[in-house]
Amino acid sequence: MSEKAAPQPQTAPALRGEAILREIRTSGIAYVLALPDLHTSKGLLHPLTRSGDPPIIRLAREDEGIGIASGLSFCGKRALLLMQYTGLLDSVNALRAVSLDYKLPLAMMVGLLGHDPEKPPHESPRYGVKVVTPILDAMGIEHHTLYDDRDLGKIRTAIDRAYDAAEPVAILLARSPVPA
Amino acid sequence: MIAHDEALEIIKQHVGDAIVIAVYGTAVDWHALRPHPLNYFSVGAMGLAASHGLGIALGRPDKRVIVLDGDGSLTMALGTLITVAGAAPKNFVHILWENGVYQANGGHPLPAREVTDYAGVALAAGYRAAYRFDDKVNLAQQIRSLLAEEGPVFVDLKIDPGPVKKRDYKPLRAQALRDAFKAALARA
Repeated sequence: MSEKAAPQPQTAPALRGEAILREIRTSGIAYVLALPDLHTSKGLLHPLTRSGDPPIIRLAREDEGIGIASGLSFCGKRALLLMQYTGLLDSVNALRAVSLDYKLPLAMMVGLLGHDPEKPPHESPRYGVKVVTPILDAMGIEHHTLYDDRDLGKIRTAIDRAYDAAEPVAILLARSPVPA
Repeated sequence: MIAHDEALEIIKQHVGDAIVIAVYGTAVDWHALRPHPLNYFSVGAMGLAASHGLGIALGRPDKRVIVLDGDGSLTMALGTLITVAGAAPKNFVHILWENGVYQANGGHPLPAREVTDYAGVALAAGYRAAYRFDDKVNLAQQIRSLLAEEGPVFVDLKIDPGPVKKRDYKPLRAQALRDAFKAALARA
């Protein structure tokens, strides 16, 4: 009697928050500068809050993080600005003035809330997400998109790039990170 | 009201080797009055001086950080007072140049000139202490102890706006100044 082979369980693509945090820690980040974003709330910011490593500086507006990161960089300390894409859009002038005109390092991790993670950001069904990479390209800002755990290695590369080259680099989270 | 130049002179006498972050017209005049590698200038994106200062204060808790902010600049980023209060850097002194006008942009009035109580806002935001001065004698008598207080401290100076001056901000943007600042911080 022949039996039909049971379907192999398929692992759905995922981006694990704890794995992202490990990459952040091993990249030498001294502070995370953050505003809450529903995209990263459960999988990243809550676990980070619980661990306290690295410590969080909570912001009133995202562009403050650009000033704080620049101040820390003068002291030889690395920071990661964690925000939603709306905060990135709100911070364009600070990016231009501080990070680009002044040639100061900035590592950003940007949640693409509402994006379809199977598509590149510029093909997003959400207008606000769709314009993110064209704007970064127009400003000459390097960006890397994380779709799932296979992209985790991009985090350290991007952070090192920001601090080695003294320029802004954006890490875009296409998928909402899961807690573990 | 305190004259702009007199306020700068009084502060200069007491800053010692502190890190000083200044904005726009105050930055130009401070740089001329106290040329020092531990000066940093926040021009190009209004409202970020306290943010730069907070980053430096967190990165160098052993150094006193003094921000010479403008009321036009701070008005663009009042929420920063809350961020600073939350981070609560003990080495942070935030001095506001309240002249009521956008001095760098033609001398136009602020939206609520002589209405907003900036010291009250800072205190309500959670600064450890906030002070207000409208005469130079009191400022000269108290500034030394204020600069040494545990932060975050806010000092609101009522400054005579005087005539609008044309200033050259370009030298403040020089890469050499930022390089010197970074090197000085590494030595300090």
